[in-house]
Amino acid sequence: MKDPTTFFSGSSPTEADEPQLTRCRSSRRAFIKGVIASGAVAASSAYFLSGCTPGEGPAAGSVERLISLHINGKIRRVDVLPNETLAMTLRYKLGLTGTKLACDRGECGACTVVIDGVTHYSCSTLTHTVGARSVRTIEGLQGPDGELHPIQQAFIDELGPQCGFCTPGQIMSTVALLEKNPRPTREEARRALSGNLCRCGAYDHYLNSVMRAAEVI
Amino acid sequence: MAKDMMTRFELYRPADIAGALDLVDKLGSDGWLIAGGQDSLDWFKDRAKRPTAVVDLSRIESMRGMRETEDGLEIGALVTVTEIEESTLIQNFYGVLADAASRVASPQIRNVGTIGGNVCQDTRCWYYRSGLDCYRAGGSTCYADTPEAMNREHCLFGADRCVAVSPSDLAPALVVLDASMVIQSKDGERIVSAEAFFIGPDVDIERMTVIGPGEILTTIRIPNTWSGATFYFEKVADRNTWDFALVNVAAAMRVENDVIQDIRIACGGVECVPRRMTVAEDIAKGSAKDEETAKLAGGSAARGAVPLNYNHFKITLLENLVMRAIRDS
Repeated sequence: MKDPTTFFSGSSPTEADEPQLTRCRSSRRAFIKGVIASGAVAASSAYFLSGCTPGEGPAAGSVERLISLHINGKIRRVDVLPNETLAMTLRYKLGLTGTKLACDRGECGACTVVIDGVTHYSCSTLTHTVGARSVRTIEGLQGPDGELHPIQQAFIDELGPQCGFCTPGQIMSTVALLEKNPRPTREEARRALSGNLCRCGAYDHYLNSVMRAAEVI
Repeated sequence: MAKDMMTRFELYRPADIAGALDLVDKLGSDGWLIAGGQDSLDWFKDRAKRPTAVVDLSRIESMRGMRETEDGLEIGALVTVTEIEESTLIQNFYGVLADAASRVASPQIRNVGTIGGNVCQDTRCWYYRSGLDCYRAGGSTCYADTPEAMNREHCLFGADRCVAVSPSDLAPALVVLDASMVIQSKDGERIVSAEAFFIGPDVDIERMTVIGPGEILTTIRIPNTWSGATFYFEKVADRNTWDFALVNVAAAMRVENDVIQDIRIACGGVECVPRRMTVAEDIAKGSAKDEETAKLAGGSAARGAVPLNYNHFKITLLENLVMRAIRDS
């Protein structure tokens, strides 16, 4: 029998273990996503699907329901309600659950995405107002082979996240900052990330991550 | 999550002002104008406001951008707070506005929120915002002005049934710069000074500005009267980011040989409108720009204040901010 302490010792798993671990993780994630998706249908069908009933087309001059969004370099066709926020579209229509929804009031920053190089709270952006602008989410950062973006790697190297829930938002704010200002001072970084709350209080770790990312990019 | 879903509305995205004016005229009180939407969407999610049609102005190109004119600067109502903050023109000549912009909300909100939306946003009184049937919501009571009410953020001046305050950081800056607001409707255009743009509950308890049904704020004009003057802006809030001002102060003054030739001071967070500090201005005008004048003027700032149960601290805060505006500018 395997020594149970190896699970906690921090030593890397053996080669034989690795594929199983990876498979385990991805299937757990897929399972959770499935539950969320079916739950969302059950809980919010009254709101989300009410617009789908026949004979309830948009009023003259109102926005068309079927639109194209430019997301992470791809064009995605999606059916969007007039009162739908980008966070909702990303998470529940496009499966991009890396963007988190926390306060849903533009008061926390977990849902931060970058639109045309500028950070937005996706919970406070009506999807229809995005138009042809290009949206980047945390999923759009990884390389073609799935390797982490240098900013993501810097966040890991500096142990930036604690619980991790606010991390996608913190990283997207960092992406926009470093594109505009590749060598920020710590104070500039603090200001650029000031619209992202971290309830673990890992702010200093995040700033360390931003400063390291600025060095390696 | 259900609570966070907004009620259904039709969304219109006109491409020009004429189209938008047609829509607001047609929709009447069922319609709601949004620019950045940073305040509006919260109202919809909380279901305190339930418009059946929303007109998004963000496609209207003529309401974007700013340009220098012979008499000063024209700022489209859709210019974002970040654009104001980062404009070198505004930084160099109308610094008080750039400073005020840099203290608005959070980076993401500044990126999207517009100058027009900032000055048209509704008050933050949480009794009102939670959907209670207060005077401002068309009811017949004020929940913030009772012995038990939490009214730490409410007004010192100008209470008339309602004790809500002006939430904007840009508004006091626009008042001291003597800006004028260009308002369009199907009947044409009218221009209102920033000071007259904001209205108290004594004028109309259900709105914060003179903008009426069928009207759209399209442009803000800043005359070069105060271009390159000595400026001061300070905001005191519980948190550095996101939070609305407990009290903020904006000041513009012309100083020659250490004597204040002319001065305008306005404060937010103390009245339903940005409050001109006329007594303090009169004291400072023609006096030396020094500690003594600053103290004298600051001491006059809260004259006539009627504090509520929990906001007495604003009297000292207001006096100190006005004092600092003169001393530290």
